[in-house]
Amino acid sequence: MTSIIPPPKVSGDDGGTGHLEELRTDPIGLMRRVRQECGDVGEFRLADKDVVLLTGANANEIFFRAPDEELDQAAAYPFMTPIFGEGVVFDASPEDRRRALHNQSLRDKFMRGHAETISREVERMVAKLDDSGEIDLLDFFAELTIYTSSSCLIGPKFREELDVRYSQVFHGLEQGTDALAFVDPYMDIESFRVRDAARAELVEMIQGITDKRLAGPTPDKEDMDLVDVLLSITDENGEPQFSADIITGMFISMMFAGHHTTSGTAAWTLIELLRNPEHLDAVVTELEELYADGSDVSYQALREIPYLESSIKEALRLHPPLILLLRLAKEDLEVEGITIEAGKLVGASLTVSNTLPEAFANAERYDPTRYLDPRNDDTENPWNWIPFGAGRHRCVGANFAMMQLKAIFSLLLQDWEFELAQPPETYRNDHSKMVVQLAQPCVVTYRRRDSSSAVTRTTRVPAR
Amino acid sequence: MTLRIVVDMDLCQGHGVCESEAPELFEVDADRKVVVLAAAPDESQRTNLEMAVKYCPTHALKIVDD
Repeated sequence: MTSIIPPPKVSGDDGGTGHLEELRTDPIGLMRRVRQECGDVGEFRLADKDVVLLTGANANEIFFRAPDEELDQAAAYPFMTPIFGEGVVFDASPEDRRRALHNQSLRDKFMRGHAETISREVERMVAKLDDSGEIDLLDFFAELTIYTSSSCLIGPKFREELDVRYSQVFHGLEQGTDALAFVDPYMDIESFRVRDAARAELVEMIQGITDKRLAGPTPDKEDMDLVDVLLSITDENGEPQFSADIITGMFISMMFAGHHTTSGTAAWTLIELLRNPEHLDAVVTELEELYADGSDVSYQALREIPYLESSIKEALRLHPPLILLLRLAKEDLEVEGITIEAGKLVGASLTVSNTLPEAFANAERYDPTRYLDPRNDDTENPWNWIPFGAGRHRCVGANFAMMQLKAIFSLLLQDWEFELAQPPETYRNDHSKMVVQLAQPCVVTYRRRDSSSAVTRTTRVPAR
Repeated sequence: MTLRIVVDMDLCQGHGVCESEAPELFEVDADRKVVVLAAAPDESQRTNLEMAVKYCPTHALKIVDD
């Protein structure tokens, strides 16, 4: 009989809530130290929860291939429950339902339509800009991605009901992902009060929309968005089955994953290109050549734009929008001779994996050329290059996100010039919440390109 | 030499890119994983198959030459 070897523990347990305060202030430092001190398998503590952090290609592969019966995703994120709302009941499990909806609207055959929608939304955002000025990257991209995700996932009719307030309310929800939720997701603290007020406001906004829809005539089938579809489902008394509260929860769960992630990646791609002008020049040249024939952004965004894509991938590698993925161990699990007991949380660190020196040369350097042949740093390291996660629960929106980002930068970088308005090192992420956001201020200046020198596209996205 | 398609079912999420690239080789119903229609495709289908492998968003497909 062999004796059970438990995971080694990392230093720095404060005796109270363990490593919770460190996770809320310097999560990356904590996760790097776990690997340094413990290797591929190491443990830290969040109040009464032990978290076993796995790193390295081998341990990551075990993490990402594990089925939900072994490592359960749904139970691992207590800070999400008050955001999605309790009592969201479906005929299928919420997870299945969400996946079904996602896979429907995120399937390859819908991408062309989404690309047109996104191009139109970018045009609408930049139409609000002057010839030159300043934008806050967090505000700008958060608002843009609210419009793109609501229009693509829920429908253009719903999107037309939204304005900047919706983006601000969504930000309030995202700020509610404080790791203190591991102790108590309903603790009386500022960020949870903001979260609950934001959710209540969102329900009110959606109640306003559903009231209006129910009072109006039944729309034609081809004119229906997801709101109409959900309202058309009735219970045995002929009343709508889903309340505004439940519809709000469904929409939040659909839009949440694609919002701060895409918004943050757009901001970081721009920041890194402005910090590294040689790569910005290469991208702008690539775009001018690709679009010289007057092709549509909605067409081109679905195709290869290698240097731009590499620039986005590199922003994702260095600044992944989620830094720690979690699962709950449903049964004992053995990783590299170490036993992880059922009931513990198991984590994978995107930031640590994406910058492992044994996998990536000059791991801390922003270098889009690492994705070009023959290096292919992403496909060569399928279990370490993991900005979208990997395996069973890999981000289902990854393709959609890449297409969206290609469309955004095709339009922005051809028509506009940007400059950092702050010292380059002052752009940084705020890691005080589990949802990573750009820390403000994060300002850049913009200027419309001189139309006589810029390559002007002959075709515009047709307005609908 | 014969061509063979290998799918890593842990990785497939049913995006349907392979179906767009090579409809004669792959079928992906709504909310399902991929079904390979021809396990040992013809050499003339190699180009389409290579596109499907290359553009699979989850890198779930592989070509094996036996």
